[in-house]
Amino acid sequence: MAAMTADQIQSIEERFPHVFRRPFHQRFGPLLLLGGTLVYLLYALWFFNLPQVMRESHWERLPLFLTQWISYDVQPIFRLDEPQITAKYPRFSVLGPDPHPDWVKANADGSVTILIDGAAKSVTFNKMQATIIANGETVPVALDTGKPLISGPVPDWITAHEDEVVADMGFAGEVRVAADRVKIRKRFLGWANFVFDTRSPFFGKSAGEVASLIVSGPDLKAGTSNLALAGDNIWNNAQWQHGDVWTKLLQTIVMAFLGTALGGIVAFPLAFFAARNITPSRLVNQVLKRFFDFMRSIDMLIWALFFTRAFGPGPLAGSAAIFFTEIGTLGKTYSEALENIDDKPREGVVSTGANGLLVQRYGVLPEVIPVFISQTLYQWESNTRGATIIGAVGAGGIGLKLWEAMRTNSNWANVFYMVLLTLVVVFVFDNISNFLRRRLSRTIHDYNRLQAEQD
Amino acid sequence: MTLSVTAHSDATHQAADAWRRQTSLRRLYTAIGVGLLIVALCGSMWFADEANAGHFFDRLPHILDFLSWLVPKDWNDVWRAMFDVASPHDTGTQEFNFPLGRAYVWGSFYIPEYFELMLTTLNVALVSTFVGFVFAVPFSFIAARNLTPHPVLRLIVKRFMELLRAFPEIVIAGLFAAIVSIGPIAAIIAIGLHSIGALGKLFYEINENIDMRAEEGLRAVGANWFERVRFAGLPQVLPNFMSYTLLRIEINVRISTIMGAVGGGGIGEELKLSISRGFGAKTIALVLLLFTTIFIVDQFSAWLRRKLVGEQAFVMGA
Repeated sequence: MAAMTADQIQSIEERFPHVFRRPFHQRFGPLLLLGGTLVYLLYALWFFNLPQVMRESHWERLPLFLTQWISYDVQPIFRLDEPQITAKYPRFSVLGPDPHPDWVKANADGSVTILIDGAAKSVTFNKMQATIIANGETVPVALDTGKPLISGPVPDWITAHEDEVVADMGFAGEVRVAADRVKIRKRFLGWANFVFDTRSPFFGKSAGEVASLIVSGPDLKAGTSNLALAGDNIWNNAQWQHGDVWTKLLQTIVMAFLGTALGGIVAFPLAFFAARNITPSRLVNQVLKRFFDFMRSIDMLIWALFFTRAFGPGPLAGSAAIFFTEIGTLGKTYSEALENIDDKPREGVVSTGANGLLVQRYGVLPEVIPVFISQTLYQWESNTRGATIIGAVGAGGIGLKLWEAMRTNSNWANVFYMVLLTLVVVFVFDNISNFLRRRLSRTIHDYNRLQAEQD
Repeated sequence: MTLSVTAHSDATHQAADAWRRQTSLRRLYTAIGVGLLIVALCGSMWFADEANAGHFFDRLPHILDFLSWLVPKDWNDVWRAMFDVASPHDTGTQEFNFPLGRAYVWGSFYIPEYFELMLTTLNVALVSTFVGFVFAVPFSFIAARNLTPHPVLRLIVKRFMELLRAFPEIVIAGLFAAIVSIGPIAAIIAIGLHSIGALGKLFYEINENIDMRAEEGLRAVGANWFERVRFAGLPQVLPNFMSYTLLRIEINVRISTIMGAVGGGGIGEELKLSISRGFGAKTIALVLLLFTTIFIVDQFSAWLRRKLVGEQAFVMGA
C-alpha cells in the first residue's frame, strides 16, 4: 500500500469530519462516565464503611446456615455423674419422647458407643474414659481426674479446653467431652418430621403403616376417621406449620391478584381521559398524568404502612397498597399505549357518525386491549414477587412469616421450605403470564402485519 | 339491507351464518372470561378481608380517624423535622427531638438526619444496580442464543439468572444480615443479586435481536468470542442496556426503601418507626422527602432514557 501524502490525508479528514473531529462529549464522554463511576464507587466504599463491615463479618456462618437449610441436628446429653449412663434429649427433640435410636449402643461392659458417622467417626465412653475415633485416629480421653485429659499428641480436629474436649467431625456432627457429661451433636440430611410431628399418633410410622391405618385400621382417636386425623395432623404440624404457611402463601397470591386487577379496573377509564389524542383537553390530560405520577411516586412501602395502620396487619392492607401503586403504574402505561395507537380505525368509525362511546369501543379498544392485558399480566407477575417483600412490614402474606423465621437464625430449614414454595409460585405465575403474553403478542403482531399489508 | 340479502345467493347466507355463529361464540367466551374474573375478584376480596386483622367495613368509618394523628398541631414542625431545627413544642419526647439527628460535617454545618437517610437509600439503590449491571452484561452475552460460546453454558447461566430473579430478596437480605450484620450492606447484596437476574433477562432478550452481520464480519477475520461481543454486540445494545439500567435504578430505589423498613437501614426504617408511633410531623416530612426524591429520580431517568433510545423506551410488555 502506497503511503498517503499530506494532501490526501487532509482531504479524507475533511470528507469525514464526524470521524476525525468529533465533538468533545463524544470523544471523552465514555471516559468521563467511567471515571465518574469509579469515583462514585470509592465514595460508596467510604460511605458504607465497607472495609470495616467486611472485617467484622462472619463468613464462616454462611456454610453453616446453608447446611441447616437441608439438615437437622439431634443433640443428646449423657450424664456421667449419675448411677446409670442414660441419654437425655432436649424437650422438643425431633425424635419424639423416649427415643431409642440405633446409633446409640449400650455395650455389655456398661460403656456407651455413639456412632456419629458409622464406626469411623464415633465415641465410646464410660465414667472413667472416653475414646474418640475420627479421621483414622483413635484418641483416648481420661476422665478419672475430674478433668478431661488427653495423653499423647492432640490432633488438629480436636480442641482441648481446660474443662472440655471438643472433637469436630465436620458435617456429621460434634462431640464435647467433659468430666461429668458427654454432649453429642449428630447431623442428619433432610427435613425432620416433615409430614407428622412428634405429637401425632402417626409419628414414626412408615408410609405403608400409615396407609394401612388410614384404609383399614381402628380409629386412633374416637369419633374421627383416621384419614381426617392424618389430614389434621399434617395441616397442624407444629414444627412445619403447613397450614399456616400455605394460607400465608395464598394470601400473597391473592394480594398481588387483587391489587393488580382492581388497579387495572380503575386505571382503565382514567387512561382514556389522560391520553392526549383521545381527550383533547390539555388540562384534564395533565391533571390525570400528574395524578398517576403521584400515585406511583408514593412508594408501595408508604401505602403499605398507612394501610396496615388503617386496616390492621393482613392481606387487605397489602392488597390496598398494591392497588394504589398500580393505579399509577397501569394508568401511566395504559395512557402511553393509547397515545401510540394508529388513528385510522378511529377516524373510520367516527366517519360513520358513531357516538363517543362507540368510537372508543370499535375504533380504539380492539387495538389496545392486547397491549393492556399484556401489561397488566406483566405487572401481576412482578407484584407476585413484590408482595413477598411488602408482607414483611406487616402487610400480610408469606413475607412476615419468612422474616420472623429468619430473625431467630435457627429455623433455616423452615425458611428454605417457604422459599421453595415461593419459588414454585413465582415460576408458575411467570410461565402463565409469559405464555399468555406470547399469545397476545402474536395477536398484536398479526394485527400489525395485516395493517402493513393493507397499506 | 333486505334488498341486498335477497339479491345474493345461498353462499352469502352461509357466510353470514358462520360469521354470526363465530361472533356469538366469541361473545360467549368473553362472557365466561369476565364472569370468571368477577368470581375470582369477589372470592379474593372475601378471603383477604377474612384473613385481615381489621375488617374492611368495620374499619371504613374510622379511616379518617387514623388520619387525624397525621395532621400536625403546627405545620411548621414539618419543616423543622425535615431540616432538624429545634421545635418550640419540644417536650423531650421522641416526637419532637428534631435537632438530635443532626450529623455535623464541618463546624456548625450539618446534614439533616432525614437527608442522610435518604442518601443511604439512594446509595444502596445505585450500588446494587451497578453490581447488577456489571454481572448482567457478561451473563447476558453468554445467555443469548446467537452469541453464546456454548449451549450448555447458556442453559446454566440462564437458569442461574432465573433463580436469582425469583429468589425472594428478603431471604437473601435476612441471610446476609446474619453474616455481615444487619444494615445497608445486606440490602445491597440482596438487591444486587436480584438485579443481576432481572437485568440479565432483559439484556439477553435485546442481544438475541441484534443485527448479526457485524458479528459475521468479525468472525470472518478470525476474531475470538470476546472481540466479537465487544465490537459487534456491545455497540448495538449499549443504549438499550443503559435505558433498562436506568429503569432498574427507579425500581431499586423503591425496593431499597422497603428493605430499609425490614432492617436494611436508610429512610424506610425511620418511616416505619414514625408511622407506627404516630408521629405526625415526622411522618409528613419523611413522606414528602421520599416522594420528592422518587419523583425526581423517575423524571430524570425518563428524560435520560428518552435521549438514549427515544420513545421506544416506554413501550414495555407488548
